[in-house]
Amino acid sequence: MERVPVLKIGDILLVSIQIDMEDQVALQLQEDLADRIVQTGCHGVIIDISALDIVDSFVGRTLATIASISRVLDAETVVVGMRPAVAITLVELGLSLPGIRTALNVELGMALLAGWHRDFAFRHDDDDEDDADEAVVTAS
Amino acid sequence: MTTGDDLAAMERLVVRSDQDVVRVRQLVRTLAVSVKLSLVDQTKLVTAASELARNTLVYGGGGTVDAGRVDSGRRSGIRVVFTDQGPGIPDLDLALTDGYTTGGGLGLGLSGARRLVDEFDIDTAVGRGTRISVTKWCR
Repeated sequence: MERVPVLKIGDILLVSIQIDMEDQVALQLQEDLADRIVQTGCHGVIIDISALDIVDSFVGRTLATIASISRVLDAETVVVGMRPAVAITLVELGLSLPGIRTALNVELGMALLAGWHRDFAFRHDDDDEDDADEAVVTAS
Repeated sequence: MTTGDDLAAMERLVVRSDQDVVRVRQLVRTLAVSVKLSLVDQTKLVTAASELARNTLVYGGGGTVDAGRVDSGRRSGIRVVFTDQGPGIPDLDLALTDGYTTGGGLGLGLSGARRLVDEFDIDTAVGRGTRISVTKWCR
């Protein structure tokens, strides 16, 4: 059986689905990702589906499940690169992927995750270090 | 099958595994491209075929898929027929309701697939099996 590779880049796990997945391959990816999140302690997962020419209800459900599992394991998931025809079809199929964050491409997905991480860090930072960083946020 | 349509030779695939569902998607994609369905319509038809082929496998216990070009007057399109000798569908109205499932899925396969195609005919009998024919026409 083919396997979808999971790459670690800094604090992010990147998955780029390049094959027409059998259902078993999608389920295997779900398990592999959960394992890698725990092994690496990464806080972000990006799933690139720009090579997929369809997302049916099974793959859609798998993406939603991956996002839920990641959240329970302290990581956020962003699905990136969905093709316009796939988006139109998914919504008409009745699947709007609730609970899944999306971005148009990997770069924007990484920015989204970095933003979350920064916000999270702020909420948990001690008061004395905050001032300089907060100025940056206000400006941006 | 609707009468009056000129049906070219259909290709048949047997559906017995996950891999076969992938093959169905690839065949339907190739056919959809060959009659120049728009990209969105190709995507809709292939997605519907994927849902229905999975149903054939999961609920029907496997079966066959026949797919081919269909012409009616000036229109061309692709017809895909899914046949199984499984348990059949006891309550068709219920099975076509969004969110209803007996298989642990999302319950969108049948109802969603129907929305994605132009024609959707279903023939089912408890204990005998199910036959679903879908057609997408070029616009």
